[in-house]
Amino acid sequence: MSGHDHHHDHDHSELSETQLRVRALETVLTEKGYVDPAALDLLIETYEKKVGPRNGARVVARAWADPAYRARLFKDATPAIAELGYAGRQGEHIVALENTPKRHNMVVCTLCSCYPWPVLGLPPVWYKSAPYRSRAVADPRGVLADFEVTLPKDTEIRVWDSTAEIRYLVIPMRPAGTDGWSEDKLADLVTRDSMIGTGLPKQPKDLK
Amino acid sequence: MNGGQDLGGTHGHGPVLAELNEPVFHTEWEKRAFALTLAASAPGQWNIDMSRFARENRPPAEYLSMSYYQIWFAALEAMLKERGLISDDEIDAGRSLHPPKPVPRTLSPGDVAQVLYRGGPTERETNTAARFKAGDKVRAKNINPVTHTRLPRYVRGHTGNIERVIGCHVFPDSNALGTGENPQWLYTVRFGGRELWGADTDLTVSVSVDAWEPYLELA
Repeated sequence: MSGHDHHHDHDHSELSETQLRVRALETVLTEKGYVDPAALDLLIETYEKKVGPRNGARVVARAWADPAYRARLFKDATPAIAELGYAGRQGEHIVALENTPKRHNMVVCTLCSCYPWPVLGLPPVWYKSAPYRSRAVADPRGVLADFEVTLPKDTEIRVWDSTAEIRYLVIPMRPAGTDGWSEDKLADLVTRDSMIGTGLPKQPKDLK
Repeated sequence: MNGGQDLGGTHGHGPVLAELNEPVFHTEWEKRAFALTLAASAPGQWNIDMSRFARENRPPAEYLSMSYYQIWFAALEAMLKERGLISDDEIDAGRSLHPPKPVPRTLSPGDVAQVLYRGGPTERETNTAARFKAGDKVRAKNINPVTHTRLPRYVRGHTGNIERVIGCHVFPDSNALGTGENPQWLYTVRFGGRELWGADTDLTVSVSVDAWEPYLELA
């Protein structure tokens, strides 16, 4: 057997071991009546199909389109976001952060993976990874470079480490050339990463 | 604890690699481990701070070599065992071998949407006044508890400014130990990049943490 094959088998068996262990635990907990598999299915379906960055994009689009909403959002984001129906677990206390031509915000959780679930869904692997969690606070411009984002040298960069139960949502700047656009169309410009602060919104030319 | 989870400012982890069109879950077991973790908190009766401590409380080499859902799953098993809800022989057998312990509640499918929508707010009423106000210069204390804390090492001993008085929130250091919520005033504290990382640091960078009053002293 070549080294490569051996390595592959090794990975494969480790994966199967975790898979078997998770299955075993689910069976034990179900047989004991501690969990209901139908509730597990619903939890998975919620975060796979219903709760995701499209929610946050709708919040951003409304903030771009409606000055009164924007004011409410920056005054107290949790109720403003609940107006659109998004609330709850891992978004009990949300603060909206305003990007301006002079200031860029970036959000991290160096200690675990705190993330505003109701508006962004579950975090991507990179957000939970050691490279992001270690460098976002010490070298945010370097992290932005990993995302192929370059900001002007004099732009202030504010990093927010989510060490408590406050969850942060970045409100990026509205792209030029979008006057009169509907909220639906504006939401198409809003990327997940632009609401974390590791990206910028799409430009009108990026939409087909 | 000064464990593998406290990553801010550590080196050698390489570049941030984002996956294009990343799925919400990468494997079937990740889905089940995630959902089991959420659902088992109803019979388990642990709080979020106990969960976080169960995840971080392992050798740093182990923490850094596990995927995030592997860490979640290991913590879930550990907490269930600690509370006597399951035992090792049952995991090995893949079936229940002992009578279930009575539990105060479980998560039924009909409750899922409501439980998620309600979440777990951590703000609490208080009769005490906040010790600090916006603009105050404060120092993050040099504390090194072996138990759970949310004051990362990279700010300890450094001075910053109170940016916002957030409110009175459940104190994780107590809550993780099961000694009560012990609510404390919570603040956003902003530190200059040079204060944290030295004179070579880009002047445009600042970093904030959300810090409870017991973590802070006037500077």
